[in-house]
Amino acid sequence: MFGRKKSREGDHKAATADPGAPDPGAGTTAARHVETDLSVDLAGMTLPNPVMTASGCAANGRELARFFPLDDLGAFVSKTVLLDPRSGRGTPRMAETSGGMLNSIGLQGPGIEAFVTTDLPWLASTGARVLPSIAGTDPRQFAVVAKTLRTSEAFSACVGVEVNISCPNVANRGLVFACDAASSTEVVDRVREQLPDTPLFVKLSPDVTDIVAIARACLHAGADGLTMINTLLGMSIDTNRMRPHLAGITGGLSGPAIRPVAVRAVWQVYAAMLAGTLPTKPIVGVGGVGSGEDALQFLAAGASAVQVGTATFGDPHAPVRVRDELAEGLSRRGLRTVADAVGLAHTRLP
Amino acid sequence: MSRVSPRTEPSVVHVAARLVATRPVGDFQYMTFAAPGVPDLARPGQFVGITVGGPTSGALLRRSFSLHAVSPAADRSEEDILDIVVAANGPGTQWLVAQDVGAVVDLVGPLGRAFPLPRERVACVLVGGGYGSAPLFWLASALRDRGCRVELVLGGASWERLFGADKAERYADGVTITTDDGSRGHQGRVTDVLGDVIDGSGASVVYACGPMGMLEAVTSVAADHGAVAQVAVEESMACGVGVCMTCVMPVRGSDGVTRMVRSCVEGPVFRGDRIRWDAFEQGWCRVPDDTLGAPIVPAAPVGAGDRPARASAPVEADAPEQAASAESGPDASDEGAQ
Ligand SMILES: Cc1cc2nc3c(=O)[nH]c(=O)nc-3n(C[C@H](O)[C@H](O)[C@H](O)COP(=O)(O)OP(=O)(O)OC[C@H]3O[C@@H](n4cnc5c(N)ncnc54)[C@H](O)[C@@H]3O)c2cc1C
Ligand SMILES: Cc1cc2nc3c(=O)[nH]c(=O)nc-3n(C[C@H](O)[C@H](O)[C@H](O)COP(=O)(O)O)c2cc1C
Ligand code: FES
Repeated sequence: MFGRKKSREGDHKAATADPGAPDPGAGTTAARHVETDLSVDLAGMTLPNPVMTASGCAANGRELARFFPLDDLGAFVSKTVLLDPRSGRGTPRMAETSGGMLNSIGLQGPGIEAFVTTDLPWLASTGARVLPSIAGTDPRQFAVVAKTLRTSEAFSACVGVEVNISCPNVANRGLVFACDAASSTEVVDRVREQLPDTPLFVKLSPDVTDIVAIARACLHAGADGLTMINTLLGMSIDTNRMRPHLAGITGGLSGPAIRPVAVRAVWQVYAAMLAGTLPTKPIVGVGGVGSGEDALQFLAAGASAVQVGTATFGDPHAPVRVRDELAEGLSRRGLRTVADAVGLAHTRLP
Repeated sequence: MSRVSPRTEPSVVHVAARLVATRPVGDFQYMTFAAPGVPDLARPGQFVGITVGGPTSGALLRRSFSLHAVSPAADRSEEDILDIVVAANGPGTQWLVAQDVGAVVDLVGPLGRAFPLPRERVACVLVGGGYGSAPLFWLASALRDRGCRVELVLGGASWERLFGADKAERYADGVTITTDDGSRGHQGRVTDVLGDVIDGSGASVVYACGPMGMLEAVTSVAADHGAVAQVAVEESMACGVGVCMTCVMPVRGSDGVTRMVRSCVEGPVFRGDRIRWDAFEQGWCRVPDDTLGAPIVPAAPVGAGDRPARASAPVEADAPEQAASAESGPDASDEGAQ
């Protein structure tokens, strides 16, 4: 079933010993290998490693399971699911850009009922730790989706829930929830009510003036952690036809091109946590992660875990490859745990 | 997706493939790779995804190519081989055709669903447009192995844009060539001759691969002449493996319901009469109103009140500005993503 170019399965520990590296995280001294434990605890989610798929970049699991066992991942993040089935938009839905791509899918999906009766039980059967991504077109819908999830049979496979607030709020003139602190608060409130004991990660949009303010609204409303970032709004013109490239006109930009924006966003929010102006909660970094080095950037900026999105399109093994490269990268820097790397760059300022 | 069990192929490999031979054929490049594991799994109509531009390239997404031929290693001294036919359309394919023997590319395959083969020994017509004829030769062999009579109809803009015309005789019981400019064979389009070929051979199945416009026309000619069309489509693909949802098109299921289905896993081969050709227009494909889960969005500002209406096509042929303004109004803000 699986691809030949297998990752070194189950190799959650990058071995070899050299205890007591003098300058943890110093990087370049390749001799300082230590044994690194990749496991993380994110607001009560205990995961064997900090690498996840990114929502919408791994469908609902069956396709990637042809390439690697899904429980090799720290967690499997499913495609954002809404209340009803959605066809999504017309095509073209994608345009490749330098170091990235634009997508305009339109949250195509089967709806929450189909998700909990077919996708979730199947994911549960693989042993994957599932972090379903949910959304709604108004706060009430978020609540209904959350409730349907909680009352479903396979809910025990969910280690938490990711709340995608980067979608338009029809109750607020179509303004994206994540762009407005009050709407973000309302959504998190409603989902929290339905899922009082489930780790809730709220996924933020970078298309805001002050991402710290939105992070604050979400955390005060009861979010257990933050996922950062969703795609950036972009557009591309097909110059042969002198018209928009995408049928959806605008699209979300992803891939390595947005990594610096994502690292900056994580940095700002983590800095606010260090300064005590935000409650300290785990951050999941996402945006252009395609290698262990990329993942290290996010950890050093303040993320406790990472998600791999667009990189999976070019390399279906990317999530497990990132995991293995991260293990090696941490080990090479003398870092014994993921936590040892989190926020490290904040201690090394000019 | 509404149907959560994609009928995906049973197996796929992800390998480093080495270019072992490459030569120009007309306007195309005929490229042969050693790709361990692919030939044994592949069937006609499937494709492979290849990364382009090398490791430092900004091009992240795979390019898709139909398998033209495969040859499993007979023994240890041989290699698993596959052939593709590449048209240098844009930067990625230009990079690929410029590679020299010995170059190594990252390859995933086989991908997608193959052409379904008939159970009975029926006559079949295989129609290829441009490099779209690439997968048909292998299909022709598979059909003749089952005792089917095979007619090949190959078309292109000009003789340089025909693929395989020279070897066609070896693969088929009858061959018809068309070119738009008359530089070889009949002047005109494949669909100008298709009806006669179907009638003359008594074919009950037409297989086709080529540009979308051709596939639509083939589907309709086949229906008019009592044959079923099986067509291999081409839609922009970001991943090729079913995870990104970019490659969708509206297809009517056996239950009569239209869904936006992924052409990389549920296609690229579809029954022609199941594809909603009415949704394709000038390079766009809109979501037909009766599609499962079709969007209901506020109608264009003028005179629409606040009654929700079905989303209009991004370009309703003659009113592109209107659609654009509906999307770019302040309220539509950032629905761009995902
Ligand atoms: C199932 C399938 C089979 C194909 N078989 C062949 C074949 O046998 N021989 C051949 O020469 N070409 C084939 N194509 C088309 C080929 O994939 C594109 O020409 C190629 O992706 C263009 O890449 P580029 O970098 O040159 O162009 P660019 O325009 O720079 O590509 C930009 C992006 O758009 C995508 N894209 C652009 N054009 C197409 C297209 N026509 N179809 C799909 N994706 C596109 C690319 O994958 C890339 O991500 C096939 C496509 C599909 C979907
Ligand atoms: C094709 C595509 C579909 C996406 N769908 C979703 C989605 O349904 N929900 C969501 O929260 N994010 C979605 N995203 C955003 C990604 O999860 C991720 O936040 C973003 O792409 C940045 O990460 P990357 O650069 O690794 O892709 C999608 C991204 C892409 C490219
Ligand atoms: S190309 Fe990604 S789902 Fe088909």
